[in-house]
Amino acid sequence: MATTQISLIRVHTERIRPPRALWVPFELGRPIGPHGNPAFQTRVVRAALELLERPEGPVLEDFPDDEPAGTEPEAPLACPVSFAASAAELDVEAALPDAFRAEVDGLRDWYDAAVRERGRTTANTVGLAPEAVAEFVAAFARGQDPDNPLPGVSPAMALKMATEDLKAYYNESMTARPGGNTDPVSLENWFWGETAAARVLNEARRECLRRDGREYLFLGSNWLVPRRQLHRFESGAALAAAVAAASPERRRDDAR
Amino acid sequence: MARLDRMSPRLQEHFLTMPCPAFDATPWVTGPPLAERRVALISTAGLHRRDDRPFSPGSLEYRRIPAHTPPDDLVMSHVSTNFDRTGFQQDWNVVFPLDRLRELAAAGVVGSLARDHYSFMGAIGDTHALEPHARELARTMQADGVDTALLVPV
Repeated sequence: MATTQISLIRVHTERIRPPRALWVPFELGRPIGPHGNPAFQTRVVRAALELLERPEGPVLEDFPDDEPAGTEPEAPLACPVSFAASAAELDVEAALPDAFRAEVDGLRDWYDAAVRERGRTTANTVGLAPEAVAEFVAAFARGQDPDNPLPGVSPAMALKMATEDLKAYYNESMTARPGGNTDPVSLENWFWGETAAARVLNEARRECLRRDGREYLFLGSNWLVPRRQLHRFESGAALAAAVAAASPERRRDDAR
Repeated sequence: MARLDRMSPRLQEHFLTMPCPAFDATPWVTGPPLAERRVALISTAGLHRRDDRPFSPGSLEYRRIPAHTPPDDLVMSHVSTNFDRTGFQQDWNVVFPLDRLRELAAAGVVGSLARDHYSFMGAIGDTHALEPHARELARTMQADGVDTALLVPV
């Protein structure tokens, strides 16, 4: 079977030496480049396929262009709903749950518009409505054991899937607004820096670290809050410990 | 982000020191001209049909994604939280460029597309453990007349 491939981390491809690879400079998670730009995507796919016609190898070639500029990176996001002025300062017991529910309710119209416009959603892998997903995650963050909506999936992994559904709900909603910012770095920084949902996910992360079991350990260390966003919730020795837990020693079990 | 020089020093170190599998040789399989090839897409983004089994940590098996799968039926259950998902959320071709491949097949750039496409989930520590699953998949693809795989990481 002949293969050609996309390469994201060039040094890894140099070490593995597959027969044909096209290195692309795009963000991790975006191997074909920009969304909604078929012409650019076609250039990437075609460049990878055309490596099949090279007479000898291995071939590791660089795609020449970055993603075309879309919305301005790091541009402030104008929220369509009234998010808490400072999610970081909300009281965990009382104000945070209320702010979280208000966020989820406030995004619903934009989410519905997103689903209508795109004809799809990635935010429903656990089979619950967004409001129920939010309540499931919030209950877990409070230390409860909400009913597992997924038979055959462990409670820990159901939590993981629910948190991804929740983030997808927020991102699909925000990117559906006319002229909305779709830069991935801006979206990530907005979500983790400004929303009550992120605070709730961090409370869920802490709850995972209090529980026994390998899956909860990985959820608490690396599967709920991105490594590069941990600084928003931890500082000093606690941050160093959290980053270490999410870093090289774990790699055999979570290569990312 | 996939440019190391744009990453934080900590992330650069993370990727530079990540163990990679080593192979004694690079296989070099040739084939017919591109316009005569039958191509399958293989992702490692932890993609599957909505009603299929989600991936679990360390999953070595793959999921079959029939070519007629509509975009709304394709979801992602990758365990990692350290890559962007907003592109996939807005346009599945960012991760799974099936529409682009269809267009290339319709234009005659490639010969045809496979009946089925596939996804594994990355973030596997012992990548050599994937080999029996990859070999079994290759046999399945050959039975479908596929002679070329486009591998897409995430």
